[in-house]
Amino acid sequence: MNRGQKRVESRPADASPAAADMLGLYERMYTIRTSELRLANLFADGAAPGFLHLSVGQEAVPVGVSAALEACDTVASNHRGHGHVIARGLELDRFFLEIMGKAQGYCRGRGGSMHIADMSVGMLGANGIVGGGVPIALGSALAHQVRGNGAIAVAYFGDGALAEGALHESLNLAALWKLPLLLVCENNGWSEFSPTSAQFAAHVVDLAGAFGIGARSLDGNDVVAVAEAARSFAGELRAGQGPRLLECVTRRIRGHFEGDAQKYRPDLAAASLDTDDPLSRLSARLLGSGVQAAAIEAIERRVAAAVEAAVEAARCGEAPTFAAALADVYSPVPTHA
Amino acid sequence: MPEARYRDALNRALGDAMAADPSVVLLGQDVGAFGGPFGVTRGLLSRFGDTRVRDTPISEAAIVGAAVGAAMSGLRPVVEIMFMDFVTLAMDAIVNQAAKARFMFGGAASVPMVVRLPHGGGLSAGPQHSQCLEAWFAHVPGLKVVCPATVEDSYVLLRAAIEDPDPVIFIENKALYSERGELPDHPVCAGIGHAVVHRPGRDVTVVTYGASVARAVTAAESLAAEGIEVEIVDLRSLQPWDEATVLASVARTHRLVVFHEAVESFGPGAEIAARVADAGFDELDARIVRVAAPFSPPPFAPALDQAFLPGPAQLIAGVRRVLE
Ligand SMILES: Cc1ncc(C[n+]2csc(CCOP(=O)(O)OP(=O)(O)O)c2C)c(N)n1
Ligand SMILES: [Mg+2]
Repeated sequence: MNRGQKRVESRPADASPAAADMLGLYERMYTIRTSELRLANLFADGAAPGFLHLSVGQEAVPVGVSAALEACDTVASNHRGHGHVIARGLELDRFFLEIMGKAQGYCRGRGGSMHIADMSVGMLGANGIVGGGVPIALGSALAHQVRGNGAIAVAYFGDGALAEGALHESLNLAALWKLPLLLVCENNGWSEFSPTSAQFAAHVVDLAGAFGIGARSLDGNDVVAVAEAARSFAGELRAGQGPRLLECVTRRIRGHFEGDAQKYRPDLAAASLDTDDPLSRLSARLLGSGVQAAAIEAIERRVAAAVEAAVEAARCGEAPTFAAALADVYSPVPTHA
Repeated sequence: MPEARYRDALNRALGDAMAADPSVVLLGQDVGAFGGPFGVTRGLLSRFGDTRVRDTPISEAAIVGAAVGAAMSGLRPVVEIMFMDFVTLAMDAIVNQAAKARFMFGGAASVPMVVRLPHGGGLSAGPQHSQCLEAWFAHVPGLKVVCPATVEDSYVLLRAAIEDPDPVIFIENKALYSERGELPDHPVCAGIGHAVVHRPGRDVTVVTYGASVARAVTAAESLAAEGIEVEIVDLRSLQPWDEATVLASVARTHRLVVFHEAVESFGPGAEIAARVADAGFDELDARIVRVAAPFSPPPFAPALDQAFLPGPAQLIAGVRRVLE
């Protein structure tokens, strides 16, 4: 899990990032991008059923945040969670198996894109309820505090969740109890078919400030900046200084879900990967720091092959049976002898 | 046999569970310093400290949501919602998160949390502090629903609920907290999902639960004076409910009345009546009758509240209908 992060972790936060670390960040972002674009094709072909919310153009947020995480940490996500789970280290095979509705998927075909989870790496689930993951991360942070295990919990949520009461309650509780909770707001300017300006009257940094929660707003498409901010906040969280909030300003490049023609978007021309792509920005930076184009291309080829292999493996997955699903409505343990 | 009040049995169950398992934590409004709005958590803060006994702000959605996340991260949280009526504010955490996690995450997640919900009328607490909403939860796959009627069951079922790997809705009747009953030094637990024949009788089966059990006993005693012997089955758990014990009783009496404080329409009794009408059809000698609250919000004024609350008189009338 979180391959290569120990190396990143041991580097002082103010040093300029080593090329090897940046290549690691690039590889993880490229993995998310390639997986999601592949999902878009699979959706168009009818091989990925249901709702599919892609995070194309937002990859720097989870990859940057995950660079600050340890194996003991926990993460709760939202409906646009592919990046969050891949950055957390979920395996591509079981990721595609799940989203393609197969028995061998992470959730054995019961969750799909909106509920992908892996408890074994502290990934507490994507979530179909806007704002629903925030109290879950809050409670996970409470568990870390009670157990004194030094871990932190991350809540990823969109700008749309800022209007939910559960989020406001969670900010208050996290501050009141000084919980090790990192709140990551991915502000992509839209919630479904409405702009953020039509949804939220305040600013998220001010909102956090009202509760005395240390908060920063930053360019969420600069993965190095996100990683540095996340590492510095994570250090404060682990030192018991209470919750922190990071607003990562980014762009939603594709529709709310696949199949959304986005007729409602006046900003469509501006919101393109040509103008602001976290991957091209990092590759330019890598080239500028002396990394050979061949090294980047080698990563891209390796990732593309891994994604293709995962998709092929997922195609061979079996359809789940309803009997197995029914057996998991309750625990198999007989209720109290 | 030693006696205790219901609230003290619940208090002892919480204390014993916390002493036995350091992962058990309590969350709720005024559960700490004040000792609980109904006195159920008295003394636990000083015994276990404020890391494990948490006074919360008035944030039902975030508290129950946090209990879900805490339960997925190694704790066994027990949340007190002050009145069952206020659970409406926490329904997402219970219905969409806790109830779904095991199933939705492929059997790999467990949410061992307990939500304690005081229900019940008769106290002139009015429409927003009296409701019996248990049918909502019994309708949601993934939740277990428990409602003890006796002091001993209050202890053992709360211990069982805390040990259970699934989310348990634990319902207490406010009218019972100060009542006394037997509490042995070593209570025996039949476990969640097991009903009990509270009073044997050959003529009519009355299936009930919670505070209605004592009201059924009053009715049964008065009917016994006329030679009518009522068998009272105390369900103890509504989800899962003990169909076998109910069917076995109906096989003896051939008559069924379902009796509860929740409103009749779409209430727990509808499910029981429907199952017995199907699986117990050959045993029935009479129609099945439900005796429950009328389809109305619980009122305030004592005169109205008494008319609303189904008591022994209504049950006696119901029993007579199945004996016609
Ligand atoms: C409680 C709830 N209300 C409404 C919805 C429908 N819905 C799904 S995503 C979404 C917009 C969320 O916007 P945001 O949080 O900014 O995330 P983004 O989609 O931009 O990543 C809405 C309204 C929902 N899933 N849950
Ligand atoms: Mg958004």
